[in-house]
Formats: sequence, C-alpha cells, structure tokens
Amino acid sequence: MRRKLIQIISTLAANPAFISLYRKEIYQGNLKSICVPILNCHACPLAVGACPIGSLQNILISVRASFAITQYHIGLYVIGFLGVVGSFVGKMPCGWLCPFGFLQEIFYKIPSPKISIHRAMPLLKYAFLLIMVIVLPILIVDELGYGQTWFCKFICPAGTLEAGFPLIVLIEDLRSQIGLLFSWKVGLLVIFLIWMIVSKRPFCRVVCPLGATFSLFNKVSLFRMVVDKDKCIECDMCYKNCPTGVKVYEDTNNPDCIRCLNCVKTCKYGALSFRFVKSKKLEQ
Amino acid sequence: MKNKITYILLSISVLLMIIGVLQGEFLEVMQKAIIICLSCMGIG
Ligand code: SF4
Ligand code: SF4
Repeated sequence: MRRKLIQIISTLAANPAFISLYRKEIYQGNLKSICVPILNCHACPLAVGACPIGSLQNILISVRASFAITQYHIGLYVIGFLGVVGSFVGKMPCGWLCPFGFLQEIFYKIPSPKISIHRAMPLLKYAFLLIMVIVLPILIVDELGYGQTWFCKFICPAGTLEAGFPLIVLIEDLRSQIGLLFSWKVGLLVIFLIWMIVSKRPFCRVVCPLGATFSLFNKVSLFRMVVDKDKCIECDMCYKNCPTGVKVYEDTNNPDCIRCLNCVKTCKYGALSFRFVKSKKLEQ
Repeated sequence: MKNKITYILLSISVLLMIIGVLQGEFLEVMQKAIIICLSCMGIG
C-alpha cells in the first residue's frame, strides 16, 4: 500500500505540468535539464524532467558533430547520473518511482491466464541498451553526421503512450504526420499492454534499457537485500509475491530485483531484510 | 571488496556527472527535452 502511494506520488511529481494541456504545448522550463531516474518520456506534455534514455540517445546522435566543433559531448552527465543512482540503490527506482513500471503492475492485476517469462529473456534488455541506445545512434548517421534515436523512435512504448497520443489529441497539425511508423509503435504498445496482463513486468524485465542499466548495479549498490539462510525454509512465499519473479533466497540481489520489498513483508520467518552498506563490517 | 567496487563506481559516476555538467551537457539535455520529439511520438 505504501509503495503504491509512493508510485502514485512519483507519477504525479514527474508529470505535474497540467497547464500544458491548456496551452497545447509541452513544458519548457529549466527543470528539463535534470534527468529523472525513471522511464518518463520528456515529450509528454505533463513531464517536467528529462528521460535519461532519451537524453543519452539525443547526445549520442550528435556525437560526431560535437567532436567536429571540439565540444566533446559524449553523455557524461547522463552516464554519471545513472551511475550515481545505480551505485546507491540499484534498480530500486523501477520498483518505487517509475510510472511505466507502475502501469505494468496495474495491468498484471487484470484477471487472465498468467505466463512466466523464460529465464533467458531478461538478457535481451542489455541488447536493447547496447544496440538501440548506444551503437546504432552513433554508427548510422546521415550526410551531416547526425544519427537517430533508435530506441525512442522504433521501440519505446512509453513515448507512444505518454507523448504520441496526448500530443496528437492536443495539436491538430501533428495529426497529418501520422504514418506507418506510428502504426508500428501503436501496434508495439498494444502488444506490450497485452503482455503486461499475462506476465509480470515484461517491458521492465525484457526490454527497458534504463532498467538494464540500473540492474548492472544491483549486486554492488549500497542498498542490498540480505537473506538469512538459517531462517529460510524455501517455502517460496516470497517468490509468489515477487513482481519480477525473483527467487531472492537463491539469488539475492538478482539483476531483476526492483527492491520493492514485497518479499521482506511476505516472509513469515523473518529471513529477509535489507541494509545500506556503510562499512566493511556490514559486508556480507 | 564489493564495497570498494561500490565506492569506486560511485566516485567515478560523480566525477563523470561533474565533468558533464561543466561541459554544459545539461543544457544540451534541456534543449532536446523542451522540443516536441517527433521520434518519441512515433511520427518522425
Ligand atoms: S518467504 Fe522467507 S522462508 Fe519462504 S522462501 Fe522466501 S525467504 Fe525463505
Ligand atoms: S526479490 Fe523481493 S525486493 Fe526484489 S523484486 Fe522480488 S519481491 Fe521485490
């Protein structure tokens, strides 16, 4: 309940610019220079912060032009930001703050047959991060040396949902530009929405490049899950209540753990806890 | 050992962020985030 409340507050805090709906534009204030640790499209009329995945691609598509004018912008601000958040809490923002993660949890509550995600599939998100966010935007460029934001353009369902639909409704001129690409993205969004009903957080676990980045820090972040193996009887109650299908007693701080702490609440045997690593003494 | 890695990662990240800010990358982030991104929408 407390986590849901925080997820609602976070969604509103990242998207408070309701005045934009009246003005029929997107928020253009200084806050847009600050990245948010969630997948929240900055082209959404309500958004006040910058999406780190969109921002990173936007810098990388013009990396060659930046070198040509000796500016050397290679995304250090965004990479550093992701590193700071990841080093502190790993994938925790996905579980507590991300509106798109929240949406996936809501959809999973819709009664339906449920399908588990094959254990190899979460590896795909690293391919999306590497190929669609980093390699293709740098490598494939036009005659002026500018690339494309491949992940935003061809995949991101958050962009379609949070920016595509609202802006098309708000701004009449944009409607004439709808074409094959939009149909592709809407189709993909529908597939993700259906997948969210039958599987636990599928986009988060299989596709999201932001989740992929934070997941790399789960094993080493200052915030860590702790299992007392002496108390655990392997009843699997934690596993059944885990929104990402992690067996925390088998693989503590698994890359897919979003630190939601459902398992800590669920375990009747007090086998699970968490701590912020401060000193050598706490290292376990 | 794990803790050392964490603190090294954290320090490097803070350093990268500071360099990025000093280079003015946050302005580039803002410039791109305040325009209607047709790619994000799926129409351009
Ligand atoms: S709920 Fe507690 S006792 Fe049961 S498997 Fe999970 S950690 Fe072990
Ligand atoms: S292992 Fe525990 S903290 Fe991690 S995602 Fe599952 S329920 Fe949440």
